[in-house]
Amino acid sequence: MLRGHQTWVFDKGPVITAAAAVGGPFEAKGPLAEDFDLLHGDLWVGKDSFEKAERKMLEEACETAVRKAGLQKQDIQFFLSGDLANQITASSFAARTLAVPYFGLYGACSTSMEGLTLGSLLVDKEAARYVLCATSSHNPATEKQYRYPTEYGAQRPPTAQWTVTGAGAAILAGAGEGPRVTGATIGRVVDMGVTDPYNMGAAMAPAAVDTITAHFRDLGLSGRDYDLIATGDLGRVGHRIAAGLLAEHGLAIPPEIFTDCGILIYGPEQKTVMAGGSGCACSAAVTYGHIMNRMKKGELNKVLIVATGALLSPLSYQQKESIPCIAHAVALENRQ
Amino acid sequence: MSDQKKKKLTPVQQEYQAFARRSEPGRPVLLNSVRAFLAGGVICLLGQFVQDFFLWNFDFTEKTAGNPTVAVMILLSVILTVSGVYDHIAQWAGAGTAVPVTGFANSIASAALEHRTEGFVLGVGGNMFKLAGSVIAFGVFAAFAVALARTLLARLGGS
Repeated sequence: MLRGHQTWVFDKGPVITAAAAVGGPFEAKGPLAEDFDLLHGDLWVGKDSFEKAERKMLEEACETAVRKAGLQKQDIQFFLSGDLANQITASSFAARTLAVPYFGLYGACSTSMEGLTLGSLLVDKEAARYVLCATSSHNPATEKQYRYPTEYGAQRPPTAQWTVTGAGAAILAGAGEGPRVTGATIGRVVDMGVTDPYNMGAAMAPAAVDTITAHFRDLGLSGRDYDLIATGDLGRVGHRIAAGLLAEHGLAIPPEIFTDCGILIYGPEQKTVMAGGSGCACSAAVTYGHIMNRMKKGELNKVLIVATGALLSPLSYQQKESIPCIAHAVALENRQ
Repeated sequence: MSDQKKKKLTPVQQEYQAFARRSEPGRPVLLNSVRAFLAGGVICLLGQFVQDFFLWNFDFTEKTAGNPTVAVMILLSVILTVSGVYDHIAQWAGAGTAVPVTGFANSIASAALEHRTEGFVLGVGGNMFKLAGSVIAFGVFAAFAVALARTLLARLGGS
């Protein structure tokens, strides 16, 4: 079970029997549009506030995942969810709708893999038969809370990232068809003193590297043991830094298998994203949509997802604190 | 980064930040300055046309034409803000659209729009000066300080 210092190996290997990804209008224009279960043409999703729109997307992702697994809501023992809204209201309000016993999580953009890790533990230890893990983010709702009003004319530097509008959800079960969660490495909080909230990639890269290093060390693996290693939302800047740091540590991952969800989700013609995507939904939607589909097709068999999160608040930033970051890694594998 | 800030960082953090900076795209300062100069200039030119329009067509002097001119510029900025265009122009223009009165109007209109869902009193009313408030506070204080200095100097010079 516990392997090395901070890694869990799941002996039974909980199965992701179903997963769902929901996206907004900007994600619909991206290269991964085909991999979403549901895409909205309207940021408001027919609601009268962005916060309600985010909650709606999270509910849709959960309902779609439950339906794809051939289950009913009552079959789910626990709902593990988190998001970026103040006091994680999107998750808690969605939990109210779902009426399933609920754990609220906060790991910023690492919440997707934090939820999947804890859900896998619950299923592996037979504390639950079915667990639903989900997360969401909404671009204008997040911008409003963390930065400036949506329509405010502030110039974003080239290191800035674009919060993904969407949600992702996955059902974990003890048995069934689908990729298995074989292990997870829980990250430490790493702070390299970066203070610029427009440069999250540089702030989060060391946390990703720390967790990847720990994962390899605890399990005695190297980059070549995976078909794909995807970080959560480092973007182009953070990804380049992480690759460089790993190379310096003598753990270089071949560039053809090392990628980042924040780079994958948007195309090069979507210039407004600057360095790439970010937000809870970034790693969740890409993993539960795109990567899950590729695993089902057999294009990928062994994947490591390293979801990265920046644990700052608007208050901590204004009080000139640096940005502490975290990353959680989850290993997924196609095996019977 | 200032030396003051650097002192607080551990050697490992300093080393990392130097390493990270090599992978970061630099801010295009020169290009941004040129764009800001052009965009700011265009806005001022537009303002000049509006002022001349008031001077030629109505009974305004160069001094009194200022008020309706600013009102028109503010209105234009608010229309561009609510139609979702202003922030895209600003991404290109940078300080060029932020410094003139249009930027000030944009900061108020965008905050008012953003907090509309929290109601008119606590939402719009309470938040519309969220960004502009500090400009007003320090603007008023600066005006006071300058006026005080001017008065004192005039007194000293006059005696």
